[in-house]
Amino acid sequence: MSQSYNRGLIEDFSRWREFEAGMWAWIFHKFTGWVLIGYLFTHIAVLSTAIPASGAETAVLQAGNDVYTQTIVSLEGLLLVRVLEVGLLAVAVFHMLNGARLLLVDLGVGLESQDKSFYASLILTGAITVASVPTFIAGAF
Amino acid sequence: MSTQIPKQTEKADETAAETETDAPSKGDERRAEKRRRADERRRQREAEEAERAAADENTVELRVFRYDPDVEGKQEPRFDTFHVPFTKGMTVLDALMYARDSYDSSLTFRHSCRQAVCGSDAMFVNGGQKLACKTQIDELEEPIRVEPLPHAEVTKDLVVDMEHFYDQMEAVEPYFQTNEYPDGELEEQRQTRENREKIKMSTRCIWCSACMSSCNIAAGDNEYLGPAAINKAYRFAMDEREGEDVKQKRLEIIEQEHGVWRCQTQFSCTEVCPKDIPLTEHIQELKREAVKNNLKFW
Repeated sequence: MSQSYNRGLIEDFSRWREFEAGMWAWIFHKFTGWVLIGYLFTHIAVLSTAIPASGAETAVLQAGNDVYTQTIVSLEGLLLVRVLEVGLLAVAVFHMLNGARLLLVDLGVGLESQDKSFYASLILTGAITVASVPTFIAGAF
Repeated sequence: MSTQIPKQTEKADETAAETETDAPSKGDERRAEKRRRADERRRQREAEEAERAAADENTVELRVFRYDPDVEGKQEPRFDTFHVPFTKGMTVLDALMYARDSYDSSLTFRHSCRQAVCGSDAMFVNGGQKLACKTQIDELEEPIRVEPLPHAEVTKDLVVDMEHFYDQMEAVEPYFQTNEYPDGELEEQRQTRENREKIKMSTRCIWCSACMSSCNIAAGDNEYLGPAAINKAYRFAMDEREGEDVKQKRLEIIEQEHGVWRCQTQFSCTEVCPKDIPLTEHIQELKREAVKNNLKFW
């Protein structure tokens, strides 16, 4: 019931302590989903600089002086953007792996080991993220 | 430790016997004196016991949610601490009953069978929905915090209003219905062993409302049927004896907007169910049934 009796902060905190694997998976899935939607819009904004750039002279394009290339180069020059890219990869990988897990849940496959598949997707996300760090951060410092 | 009913009836008998004799005889006086002394000794013993319990390391600390809207001064929710002497095999319900019988008779909670059958003592113990009579004290971290079920109106102390839960249970028509009868008038409606196995777990529900309380979706959506009601629907929808018409009717109930599709597979209900019913599995199976029912290829 949503109009439940307000028992204050104490209850909320204990709830946090007692989350089970399935609940964490749900929360992370929601969170990563929203992050990906947010990224999608910034992605569109950056890519749409290619529209004015396409009208530029060939010489300008070859020299890399058009709006699109300039935007990309200046963004990639920022350390913050490099770090955020690693985060984005982590978010996307988790969302994909947990999405596959949810697919299995929807098909009714391996419901008894749903917590293990959540932990597995977490570990795999961590591994892939760590492996990607050299690629993303190379030359940033 | 329990309700001490035998002792009370004994006392009632004694007082009845006393009123019958008009003039108290010497024997009566002696007996009264004896009783008084026995009472005194008992009281002393109890006081000593309580003292020892407080000093003893082998006690458990209970922190119990208290709230009473009818008494001024108790309207502000608070936690009371009880030190209960630990005995082997003690459950949370045993400890609560000890606290109520020995320290504070106004401590209110529901319980009946004390053996995980009646489903009246689901509580929020150390941050999880548990059946108090089925939860061993020595498996819990101290102090043990006992609260009423979350996402339900608290009536008093550990008692919550279950009306909404019962409404949802009734919404799925939790009783056997069929249009297909066997030939003979006195013929039994037999079920195959396989079909019985299929619905076996779902029949175990004791209506304790632990799953409903743990469900994050049910907390935000009052119209959502909730895990228990959907499990009940599963129990009958999967029962082959009900026949196709009735199954169709049942699927129509569960595939509504606030039916099975609200479930987001958090597995909270499956984790807390004291009867180990695979609730999420049942809900997912009904989702697939609902899809199969409405998908048409042509």
